[in-house]
Amino acid sequence: MFWLNTKRVFRSGLQNFFRNGFVSFSSVVIMSITLFILLSTILLAGFLNFSLNSVKQKVDVNVYFVTTASESDILAVQKSLEALPEVASVDYTSADQALTDFQAKHANDQLTLEALDELGTNPLGASLNIRAKDPSQYAGIADFLNSNNSELLSSSGSSIIDKVNYAQNKVVIDRLTSIINSADMIGLWFAIIFIIISIIITFNTIRLAIFMSKDEISVMNLVGASNIYVKGPFVVSGVLCGLISSFIILALFGIFTFWINKYHGSYFVGFDVFQYYIDHFIKIVFIICGAGVLFGSVASYLAVHKYLKD
Amino acid sequence: MIVFEKVTKVYPDGTVALLEATVTIEPKEFISIVGHSGAGKTTLIKMLLGEEKPTNGKVYYESIDINRLKKSEKPHFRRKIGTVFQDFRLLPNKTIYENVAFAMEVAGRSDDEIQSDVPHVLDLVNLTNKAFNFPHELSGGEKQRVAIARAIVNQPDIIIADEPTGNLDPINTNEIIQILKKINDLGTTIVLTTHNKGVIDSLGKRVITMEGGKIVRDDTVGRYSL
Repeated sequence: MFWLNTKRVFRSGLQNFFRNGFVSFSSVVIMSITLFILLSTILLAGFLNFSLNSVKQKVDVNVYFVTTASESDILAVQKSLEALPEVASVDYTSADQALTDFQAKHANDQLTLEALDELGTNPLGASLNIRAKDPSQYAGIADFLNSNNSELLSSSGSSIIDKVNYAQNKVVIDRLTSIINSADMIGLWFAIIFIIISIIITFNTIRLAIFMSKDEISVMNLVGASNIYVKGPFVVSGVLCGLISSFIILALFGIFTFWINKYHGSYFVGFDVFQYYIDHFIKIVFIICGAGVLFGSVASYLAVHKYLKD
Repeated sequence: MIVFEKVTKVYPDGTVALLEATVTIEPKEFISIVGHSGAGKTTLIKMLLGEEKPTNGKVYYESIDINRLKKSEKPHFRRKIGTVFQDFRLLPNKTIYENVAFAMEVAGRSDDEIQSDVPHVLDLVNLTNKAFNFPHELSGGEKQRVAIARAIVNQPDIIIADEPTGNLDPINTNEIIQILKKINDLGTTIVLTTHNKGVIDSLGKRVITMEGGKIVRDDTVGRYSL
């Protein structure tokens, strides 16, 4: 009996959907707009995340060593830094490399190069370039570097660190950390607001579509249809509406992201929106189809429930 | 079989739709209820279907107190009653065949039963050739015959016909009444409400006359007396 009823509910739902052509079409259009907003929010969140990560990558701290510091002492410091959980990477630049870089950078500045020659020795010390996993962690790394840890001292007991540029960068790093946190929060709120608006729009559209069937619902009641027999076909229609809208939006976004990447990719400062869409496709399919099915079914169920009398 | 026991219905706005109405309907009876608009005929029928609850009094179907039925029990109860309305109340997106089959589907009848009974019932109301048309493609008389087919397909104990001829011309009216008489002859109780004097006078069956929510006459072989 269960399978017989299920089969009948499904058949009736499919029939209603296709025979109510115009109403179903309108519901699919509105549901598609809703899912469009949802998917746009997902892609925007991806873009925001990418942008914030690129900004984070640009933040670093340099440790400059005294010219007398031995390479083995510096490499020991590098090792200790790499052992810190906050540190993402540490790159070593030797004194010779620093000089070569400096000369290359000032190749057109004859005066500076002549001044360098006058000195006779290499005035530049070696340095370590540190990147933290998160910008907020630079303070902790700076604290480590400013401590009197034995690893930071030469064999004679004097500090081998000449300068840490964290203090100069601190204001920028702190501001950036707060901007990143705010951007994350604003993105989240935008997503929540958009999703709520989408749900309200979908619910109202489906409610309106079912409102037109309220006489039909009362007839079903009178004929002795149990509630599940009345609600079932409407829920099936709602699910179908959600699925069709999802497929439309997924296909449209495939074309749209490909097109935007090809012709307007430069606006996205390195963010490959099409690649992002493809990489996250399975996750996106689950979210969009899941949202479509959920909105369609719950909205239909609640709308029919409203018109079901005793 | 059906008993209305001192039934009163007062709506929240103070309108008195029924006032201590008492009536008993025996099995296999053909009973007509007449009265002006607002006399309480439709309220009486809604109570029989469990759509309205009385303010006072009780409505019984056999030993069942209709107002004590739980929400989940009502669909099962309603399958014992076939209903025919003035405005037909067919499902617009289903064909004639599907409209009739729907009543059987909700009653949990098998596909084999549906395939054998629906054509038979459509034949009975002379609509075999319209089986795959939609309601909007039918005339008023044809729609009402579909409604009757749907009402009788589950072989209910009672058929309630609430002004079934209100929207029909005299020829179709006569046709519908003849079908109802035939169903009654086969043993189904018919409760008919109507404004049609000709119908009542030609039936020669029991007539209840209502006025202002009260039952003012109950004639075994009645005539239209308003």
